[in-house]
Amino acid sequence: MTRPGGEDFSVSQGDTSNEVVLRGALTIRTVTQAKAAFDGFNPETLARINLSSVTRLDTAGAWAIVRLQNRFSEAQKPLELTGTTDKVASLLHTVAQTMPSPEKAPQSPFSFAQWLDGIGQKVFAGAMFLRALTGYLGIFLHRIGRAVRHPSEFRFTSLVHHCDEVGFKAVPIVALMAFLIGVVLAFQGSTQLRQFGAEVFVVDLIAISVLRELGILLTSIIVAGRTASAFTAAIGSMKMREEIDAMRTLGLDPAMILFVPRILALLVMLPILGLIANVAGLFGGGLMAWIDLGISPAMFMTRLVEGTSVDHVFVGLVKAPVFALIIGVVGCHAGMQVESNAESLGRMTSNAVVTAIFAVIVADAVFSIFFARIGI
Amino acid sequence: MTEREVIIRLRGIRNQFGSQVVHEDLDLDVYRGEILGVVGGSGTGKSVLLRTIAGLQKPAAGSVDVLGTDVLTADEDTRQALENRWGVMFQDGALFSSLTVRENVEVPMRAIEGLDPEIRSELADLKISMVGLQYLAGDKYPSELSGGMRKRAGLARALALDPDIVFLDEPTAGLDPIGASAFDQLIRGLSHSLGLTVFLVTHDLDTLHATCDRIAVLAERKVLVTGSMKDMLKVEHPWVHEYFHGPRARAAASEGSAEPGEKGN
Ligand SMILES: Nc1ncnc2c1ncn2[C@@H]1O[C@H](COP(=O)(O)OP(=O)(O)OP(=O)(O)O)[C@@H](O)[C@H]1O
Ligand SMILES: [Mg+2]
Repeated sequence: MTRPGGEDFSVSQGDTSNEVVLRGALTIRTVTQAKAAFDGFNPETLARINLSSVTRLDTAGAWAIVRLQNRFSEAQKPLELTGTTDKVASLLHTVAQTMPSPEKAPQSPFSFAQWLDGIGQKVFAGAMFLRALTGYLGIFLHRIGRAVRHPSEFRFTSLVHHCDEVGFKAVPIVALMAFLIGVVLAFQGSTQLRQFGAEVFVVDLIAISVLRELGILLTSIIVAGRTASAFTAAIGSMKMREEIDAMRTLGLDPAMILFVPRILALLVMLPILGLIANVAGLFGGGLMAWIDLGISPAMFMTRLVEGTSVDHVFVGLVKAPVFALIIGVVGCHAGMQVESNAESLGRMTSNAVVTAIFAVIVADAVFSIFFARIGI
Repeated sequence: MTEREVIIRLRGIRNQFGSQVVHEDLDLDVYRGEILGVVGGSGTGKSVLLRTIAGLQKPAAGSVDVLGTDVLTADEDTRQALENRWGVMFQDGALFSSLTVRENVEVPMRAIEGLDPEIRSELADLKISMVGLQYLAGDKYPSELSGGMRKRAGLARALALDPDIVFLDEPTAGLDPIGASAFDQLIRGLSHSLGLTVFLVTHDLDTLHATCDRIAVLAERKVLVTGSMKDMLKVEHPWVHEYFHGPRARAAASEGSAEPGEKGN
């Protein structure tokens, strides 16, 4: 019952000059060959095809024959098929009935205008994306206002849960990251500053860079990677299974239930995480300064308190709520863009992370310029 | 009438999940060219039976013979050759979501050596049109199709290599009555013109009436009875009796019996 390994197909001249005989298996395995042969047939000289020696015919073979017949009919020279069994005739009939008529969308060739159009559309899409994000921020603020007026609608349990998820559980990774950054700064700084005999300034170096920039920026980047993706995945999978639509029909507000606790949790927890990162960074730097440069902890503390203005801490931490809003809004927005297939969930999740990290860095740059201008 | 060729032969099948025995000592024959409808209550193991025959689930005991080959003991190459000779349409189509419908239908054809890509794409279009989808549906992604269209696309993919057997798991579930009866006719028509053997799992009594040559009832962990619709009406077993004499069955029967009756006269 196994299928013959090599299926053969051949075309030969029939009894009369206007007849050809097809032999062997005319199936999907031989159709490429058959079509090439059929393309060579001329409507002027051929009138009949004998199928009596065809051992096997499948839809692919039937397709090739029907295609040939159609070509001949267009040339006003109908092609006659002989030697067809009932089964073959019925198959040919089915295929002829369902032969698709290609209506391919015309593909215009590449042009300058098209290229320009492409760029324009991308810019427009970018602008629309920013608008959508602003819209989500607006929704969030509106729902916060609503929660203040109607505290019963606010889900406090959910807020606590998300604070735990985005804040408490991120403490180890954030602290470790900041500690290592402090170590690296102290180490690199000391090697450079030692050349000038200015080792003691390593304390200022660590303090300023950690407190002002790195502590909060790197914390935000880690949180963006962890949390924006988690928001997108959680909201997106609900969107995918139409749970969000179900919520709406049940009179529940997805923004209130899903967005508010998540973004609010980030708003609360990101400054705290930033503070933890600052402490861990200073600790790492101090430790390294002690080991590498012999700056004792007491000296480090004195130098830190005397030489570093509290402004730096303020400048660093004031960014935290903004970064939190960016991460939360981007994550929730991306989640709501998920369509009904699993692929878009994956795509939007990675989009959310990239967008959130990028936006955080852009915002940090804007802050830097701003603070430099007002001279803090 | 000549002795009919048995194309699927199940003997002594036993399937179990943990301590739950789904099939016990189950025998079933499917003949070439017929449309066999498999019915049974929810959870009686219809889908599991289909998966067993299609080699997706290994039974704990028993033998599965398809097209004269023992599926369970066959080596890789034989199995591969066999898999090209059956097509499975899963309950929700199970189309690859990253491919368009046309590319989905082309997937099985890619295994054919020396098949010209252009021909392959046109053959895919033919299959798409055969199952009653519009030409432009070929460019769409599965997520852009309705449930009924996905089922048709799933059928087109199952038919891609002109299989001898197709397995259909509840092909008409979730379709509107017009769509469902169009699907019934489609299956009948294709089975007739392509000489297909169809193993069809269904809950739809109209489908049973309209398409199936023979019905197998799954109950009490085995195939309880097989036979034509007429035979089913005579079975004494309470579940079978309830199934084929319930209010829905009577409604379906009064519609379905009109056509064969006319033909008979
Ligand atoms: N992978 C699995 N693991 C454990 N149990 C399973 C598994 N697949 C099926 N079952 C069990 O086998 C039984 C039969 O399932 P099956 O899906 O075949 O039912 P069915 O007859 O197709 O029902 P329906 O008509 O609802 O589709 C069920 O009780 C189910 O719980
Ligand atoms: Mg099932």
